[in-house]
Amino acid sequence: MVGVAAVVVLTAVGEGARRYVTQEFTSLGTNLLIVVPGRNETTGSFPGAGGVPNDLTLDDVRAVERDVREARLVVPIAMGNDTVANGERRRQVAVIGTTSDFQQVRHLEVTAGSFLPPGDLERGAAIAVLGAEVARELFPAESPIGRVVRIGDWRVRVIGQLAPKGRQLAVDIDNLVLIPVATGMRIFDLTSLFRVLIEVRVHSNLESAEERVLALLADRHGEDDVTVITQDSVVGSLNQILTALTLAVAGIGAISLAVAGLGVMNLMLVSVSERTAEVGLLKAVGATGRQVQRLFLTEAVLLSLGGALAGLGLGWGLVRAFVALYPAFPASPPAWAVVSVLVLAVAVGALFGVLPARRATGLDPVEALAGR
Amino acid sequence: MIELDGVQRSYPVGAEPLVALKDVSARIAKGEYLAVMGPSGSGKSTLLNILGCLDRPTAGSYRLDGREVGTLSADALSEVRRHHIGFVFQSFHLIGRLSAHENVALPMLLAGIPEDDRRARISTALDAVGLVHRAHHRPNELSGGECQRVAIARATVMRPHILLADEPTGNLDTANGEQIMRLLERMNADGLTLVVVTHDPNIGRRSDRVLVLRDGEIVQRVPGRELRPDALFESRA
Repeated sequence: MVGVAAVVVLTAVGEGARRYVTQEFTSLGTNLLIVVPGRNETTGSFPGAGGVPNDLTLDDVRAVERDVREARLVVPIAMGNDTVANGERRRQVAVIGTTSDFQQVRHLEVTAGSFLPPGDLERGAAIAVLGAEVARELFPAESPIGRVVRIGDWRVRVIGQLAPKGRQLAVDIDNLVLIPVATGMRIFDLTSLFRVLIEVRVHSNLESAEERVLALLADRHGEDDVTVITQDSVVGSLNQILTALTLAVAGIGAISLAVAGLGVMNLMLVSVSERTAEVGLLKAVGATGRQVQRLFLTEAVLLSLGGALAGLGLGWGLVRAFVALYPAFPASPPAWAVVSVLVLAVAVGALFGVLPARRATGLDPVEALAGR
Repeated sequence: MIELDGVQRSYPVGAEPLVALKDVSARIAKGEYLAVMGPSGSGKSTLLNILGCLDRPTAGSYRLDGREVGTLSADALSEVRRHHIGFVFQSFHLIGRLSAHENVALPMLLAGIPEDDRRARISTALDAVGLVHRAHHRPNELSGGECQRVAIARATVMRPHILLADEPTGNLDTANGEQIMRLLERMNADGLTLVVVTHDPNIGRRSDRVLVLRDGEIVQRVPGRELRPDALFESRA
């Protein structure tokens, strides 16, 4: 029973993790290319590890916009961290310098005011859009629209506020401040962009777009010094890892099932020896060996089926509790796990029931009945 | 008609096999009332098990109504037990989880007799032992005598022609024991072959014939009324 519950819960969580990640990524659109400065990195988590040979600049962004026909949107991202303050209310947040198209690529909604306006990349207006959490912290009682906040030593005017969105790919959207990319590079004194996001028009263009971007930037920089990550490859490999994880976890559950099977066997053996007299009696009143064996096998199977169903119920309850605690996490046991765990539990019960049943059949009725 | 010829039963224990029955030959006529007596370890129970087809002789022949059953397969023996032989035990061996009615139903369930038929036969069998009113009680709600009567109903519900009783009064007081013996004897009078294994010379004396066993051999065959109370165990400490 515990084994079944374990399998259900663990596979549910594993499967949930897989779905969560896949969903997160695909919510960003699978038509996305991410350009990262620096070469030879696969994860994108350490840009510049090993030295960035050339900056990724706004000129590069413009070149991509102009020359890569497959690209629908090209969004530069400059990244920094600083204190954002409204008078005495302050908060350390991630500040992203970007353009109006960021809204589309990241599927953001604005609850008040407006998003960053489209316009010249180089024009660094002193304006900002606040994430939901930042807005609430800095302006608990009033609307932040039109107010001025400080980012470090710089003063910017709030023009918009984002709808609550939660975390998206390890980035807490609610705790972001968005400013125009040129402003961002000036505030944080950056020469290179952190990322360039490219959304292609159709999914089938992804590869050719990737090639064209690489060629273009290699040409402009004089060497191959950027990495392009496709959403697909990231999702694919994560998916693989998490599937493997789920399977491993299911394997652990299966082992506990085998242990449970031994438990069933033990129980049945005890049951057989407790009921030797009964077995003897059954034989005396004309039961064949096969009938006795079937009786005990049925009992073993019922026992393990009962355990399995109870385990399933327990597991389901735990998963429900888990989901209630973490609603964003789509944990639910995959159907294959539920079905196979039931089949496995019953099979284990039957398998481990055979030995006790054999023993019952083999009991000498003479001795079985001699228990006076 | 039961015919035993040179029946032997030995168990492989260590190097030297343990011989429980040496060389037993006997005829038991249909409708006879036979008592098997003898000290503990004399082979009474082994003989009863062989008669009941629970056990097979290692040598010799056992014919039941002319048919050799000593060499049948285990399944065929189950079949013989089911239809020809009823057992009554000293400790009743009722199943505690089941009511009297269900206990009596057991042999018929195993034989696959349809439910309607079962009901009628259970009523008849319980009626014969005077326990219709206790049909839905469990063994722990019944007295020892009542339990044994349920066991007798169970043993006879398949209408066997041989009833084997192993110390049927061993766990009962005198009054209840007497009642059980009367019941068994009445069934015997109706044509049932009755074989009783007992220590009790009083029961031996009521039977048609007594076989006295000692060390796996029949040492005495006497009509029951000629059995002397002191004749049995004198040489056994």
